Amino acid sequence: MIFSELLQYLINGLSQGAVYALIALGYTMVYGILKMINFAHGEFYMFGAYMGFVGLSVLGLPFWAAIPFVIVTTGLLAVLVERFAYRPLRGANRIAPLITALGVSIVLLELMRVTAGAQPRAFPQALDNVTWELGETLGILQDVYVQRNQLVILGLSLFFMGILRFIVMKTPMGRAMRALSVDFDASRLMGVPINRVVAFTFFLGASLAGIAGIFVGMYYNQIEPYMGQLAGLKAFTAAVLGGIGSIPGAVLGAFTLGICEALVVGYGESSYRDAIAFGILIVMLMFRPWGLLGTPERVKV
Amino acid sequence: MIEYFGQIFVLFGINVILASSLNVINGYCGLFSLGHAGFFAVGAYSSAAFTTLIAPEWTAQSPHLALLVSSLIAMGTAGIAGLAVGIPCLRLTGDYLAIATVGFGEIIRIVFLNMDVVGASRGMPGIPRLTTIPWVIVGAAFTLIILNNLIKSSFGRCIKSIREDEIAAQAMGVNVRFYKTFSFVVGSLFAGLAGSLFAHNQEFLHPSNFVFMISVSVLLMIVLGGLGSQKGAVLGAFIVTLLPELLRLNEFVSQIRMLVFGLIMILVMLVFPEGLLGLLKKGSLKNKFFKKAKNEPGFSGAPL
Repeated sequence: MIFSELLQYLINGLSQGAVYALIALGYTMVYGILKMINFAHGEFYMFGAYMGFVGLSVLGLPFWAAIPFVIVTTGLLAVLVERFAYRPLRGANRIAPLITALGVSIVLLELMRVTAGAQPRAFPQALDNVTWELGETLGILQDVYVQRNQLVILGLSLFFMGILRFIVMKTPMGRAMRALSVDFDASRLMGVPINRVVAFTFFLGASLAGIAGIFVGMYYNQIEPYMGQLAGLKAFTAAVLGGIGSIPGAVLGAFTLGICEALVVGYGESSYRDAIAFGILIVMLMFRPWGLLGTPERVKV
Repeated sequence: MIEYFGQIFVLFGINVILASSLNVINGYCGLFSLGHAGFFAVGAYSSAAFTTLIAPEWTAQSPHLALLVSSLIAMGTAGIAGLAVGIPCLRLTGDYLAIATVGFGEIIRIVFLNMDVVGASRGMPGIPRLTTIPWVIVGAAFTLIILNNLIKSSFGRCIKSIREDEIAAQAMGVNVRFYKTFSFVVGSLFAGLAGSLFAHNQEFLHPSNFVFMISVSVLLMIVLGGLGSQKGAVLGAFIVTLLPELLRLNEFVSQIRMLVFGLIMILVMLVFPEGLLGLLKKGSLKNKFFKKAKNEPGFSGAPL
């Protein structure tokens, strides 16, 4: 029994972790390249959820077509935000882009609240949800439930992370992104088209967050304009946990965070679920601020 | 109508205290803190707990003295919280410090959200309304005078040197760790005072009064006015308090006032990142519009 409880929490934690991972990737890529915390990233995730809603129930797209729709719309939004809010401030002091990001976050949130309304909306059931009990289906463990949505979320998240890995490691654009994260100025001198690469990074990061938005809508069956705030902070925590700037680190941190939360909700105080994320963050920052997979930065005089 | 303006004035005074105290941490010492709402919350809850739970009868007998004592308690608890957060956090720098303070701010809020003595998620009702306009003026003036004197003292010179160059300051014999912690504690102390005035003005406290966005709006005040300037902090507090109220006047604009607020935040950063007072500096406007070529990168770059 104890083992099946544990397995149940692990399953829940993995699907939650997959969602955090998709959001955290955007934070970590933008930080890796621009050394800037994009506080508006949580709103991209919220925007993606709403675009999923528009695609599925207003345009009547099937599930497989709604995902590319969300990728394109959310990605374009991020490119616009980067072009008009962040690019003019590139190379300014560190505080100005941060405040701008917070402003962008307010603007996106309020735009959605004014146009779509503050009350939560029911998210359409895109796929028939089936809940399997492992004891019945496989005949091994009693009382462990798996929803098909959880498997879809986990599977598709891993699929998109694989695509991201391919883009970053194998394509010229990915090589340019890696070059920028090593040395921004030297890359410019070497003729890397930095504006295009930065815009592409924002496109990638935001579209992954948008996909996470659809998944969460599908899983919890409802979306609201305020959903991006806490999710954004937590995904950011996941990125720091894994080592901000490191792509595998963000995924590792997100799964760790998702599983920790699921265990806390299962075994202890569910009301402290949100505090756990920040508790982990602070402990991590105290002892290993560069994260699980990051590399420490040296300050030279 | 008078009551309405009185209320705005009280909020303005509280915002002045919050902004000028964050300015010590953020503007003068250069520590990027985004958790000011947490210390505000500690002050608000501890002072409200004193007047409603610990000594309600005494509060009813002598309200002014009670407000004074509860404000001192609020400053004490918020200062202790600042010390508790500051000692571990201030080993970090830059972005990492900002993240850690966001984390602590949220943890403080979640702790109050689960603390049954102060109403947990139901909120804390029935706090006596003790904050009057004279008390707010006294509180804000006290804060500004103390902080301005501190900034002009050797303490102020030390924290400014840390802001300019931490390593150089250390080399010159400034105890960097001590002064960072000290400025953090001073800032949170006065955030606690603001919390006490806030609690006894609102009569009801809820953890949602202390969300991350509150820290952001305090930060906006000091950035809007110009970091590292107490006049700027007061100006910023004035604008941030008044602007949402002005936008309330028109019904349509009232719907989208937070949207306008966010847009202004972005525009301010794009157009005058030095803050409003930076505009008034001698010749800065002229430089901005007429002598642009001089500021182009390339002229001031490192020698090749």
